[in-house]
Amino acid sequence: MSRRRQVRKLGNAAALCLSLLATLIGLFCLGAILWTLIARGVSGISVQLFTQMTPPPGGSGGLLNAIYGSIVMTALGMLIGAPIGILAGTYLAEYGRDARLSNFIRFVNDVLLSAPSIIVGLFVYEVLVVRMGHFSAIAGAVALAIIAIPVTVRTTEDMLRLVPQGMKDASTALGAYPWRTITSIIYPAARSGIVTGLLLAVARVSGETAPLLFTALNNQFWSENLNAPIANLPVVIFQFALSPYKDWQQLAWSGALLITLAILLLSVIARLIIAALPGGTEQK
Amino acid sequence: MAVVSAKRAARQRSGERLFRAATLVAAILVLALLGGVAVSLLQGAWPALSHFKLAFLTREIWNPVTAQFGALAPIYGTLMTSLIAMLVAVPIGFGIAIFLTELCPRPLRRPVGVAIELLAAVPSIIFGIWGLFVLAPILQRHVQPWLIAHIGPVPGIGVLFQGPPFGIGVLSAGLVLAIMVLPFIAAVMRDVFETVPDVLKESGYALGATTWEVIWNVVVPYSRVGMVGGIMLGLGRALGETMAVTFVIGNAHRISASLLAPGTTISASIANEFTEAVGDLYTSSLVALGVLLFLITFTVIAAARFMLLRLDRRALSAV
Repeated sequence: MSRRRQVRKLGNAAALCLSLLATLIGLFCLGAILWTLIARGVSGISVQLFTQMTPPPGGSGGLLNAIYGSIVMTALGMLIGAPIGILAGTYLAEYGRDARLSNFIRFVNDVLLSAPSIIVGLFVYEVLVVRMGHFSAIAGAVALAIIAIPVTVRTTEDMLRLVPQGMKDASTALGAYPWRTITSIIYPAARSGIVTGLLLAVARVSGETAPLLFTALNNQFWSENLNAPIANLPVVIFQFALSPYKDWQQLAWSGALLITLAILLLSVIARLIIAALPGGTEQK
Repeated sequence: MAVVSAKRAARQRSGERLFRAATLVAAILVLALLGGVAVSLLQGAWPALSHFKLAFLTREIWNPVTAQFGALAPIYGTLMTSLIAMLVAVPIGFGIAIFLTELCPRPLRRPVGVAIELLAAVPSIIFGIWGLFVLAPILQRHVQPWLIAHIGPVPGIGVLFQGPPFGIGVLSAGLVLAIMVLPFIAAVMRDVFETVPDVLKESGYALGATTWEVIWNVVVPYSRVGMVGGIMLGLGRALGETMAVTFVIGNAHRISASLLAPGTTISASIANEFTEAVGDLYTSSLVALGVLLFLITFTVIAAARFMLLRLDRRALSAV
């Protein structure tokens, strides 16, 4: 009997050690990635990085045009994606709560949320780039918007549902139509939650590379023309990292560090806002 | 007075109609997006599909010069790299989830959990560039020679580990993918484990079960469906992942018995060749690869979401 107990205890200890080991392996791998990123990226951070254009092969330069292009396309993408996402989320949370159509839309939205981003790139290529006849910043922004929409729909719906029913009832009792209740009561109450969702969408979108490869393409020069190819950080990182030139590779690492820092910063801010929400502590 | 309020009421009513219609249109647009993706991809892939017919799926050849294209090598690469990724990431992710829900001291629980979730937000291109410059050289110098020397001669599985150590190849791509989906799988599994009611676990302990016995006989059976859903969601990511793979796969359109040899995946082929593709048939063949990827991932993701439907949506909002 006690022998059996010993075996069980031993098995327990072994399993728990393995689970600790798994956590250490996981944290080690991920720590190693961040460490390399910082170690290789920091040495390339300089004023030049933010003031000069991407260099020709072998030359030195910075990432100014790529940073600008990324910001422009992310902003434009969010400008297109955010209203659509918020409105659709509003429909799911308020108007079509449990209707069959809503459940179907939720399901499709979840599928879109996990769909491979390169497919989105192909879609925008077929629909916009082929018709317009050339790659453009607009096509890139639309691709990013399509990736931002499902994230926004999901978070908006979740956040609107957190607004207490009593507030909605009070507004309805005063004779307000649902749209008045939504725009004057629910949106203000859920504002920080919706903003958080948008921040998460920006974080998701700004590191996307695959959908930009054949929509925005790349541009070695400064370009403010939205109707022409535009430089952007992810594609520059992709091209420069695979090049044989040391200068280019260094720029790729610095760009990778910049993107990661920006995304981690956005995610941390979003988390802090969620933690500060009433009843938001059980949210992860 | 009465006239004014009637006017106001009319304005409110039309506002209501407009707003409601706007939200409905936006919601329908989400549906239209998925439909639009399917239709436009099929349209773009049609020239290749109608030209090669079913042979597109079964041929390994990929020759832009003679305009002969077959999808077998990318399909094989996509499935193989994802299989390797799952074999590595699922047990480790399971271990992490158990550690986080059952073992971890409370004060550490949140920081470690948040660290893992934040890492799930790191864009995949970072994993790719790390795989190329850090992991691949390590594998080439230290791991692959050992595999070739010790497992290569073993009959049966030895075939998988023969040939020169390239560093980049199917195995490396699978490992990078594994590291990339690991935080994701761990986070979903943890969320699923947390939905197990404490009463059930406490009953197990009251019967004298050890921690592991409670995990294996109570937590795992209770959360089986959610676990499988989470794993498949991770699989969906691995199958469709582009940037993490493109850097380290080697982009060779052939199927090698050895996992150490370069190969290609569907997404890597598209990313590498699409902008350089000349000729309608070439471009169309790449779009046809996209259609295949869409079908494969759609099936996996839809199945995963279907399984996860049972769970509280809130518990999975991080996903």
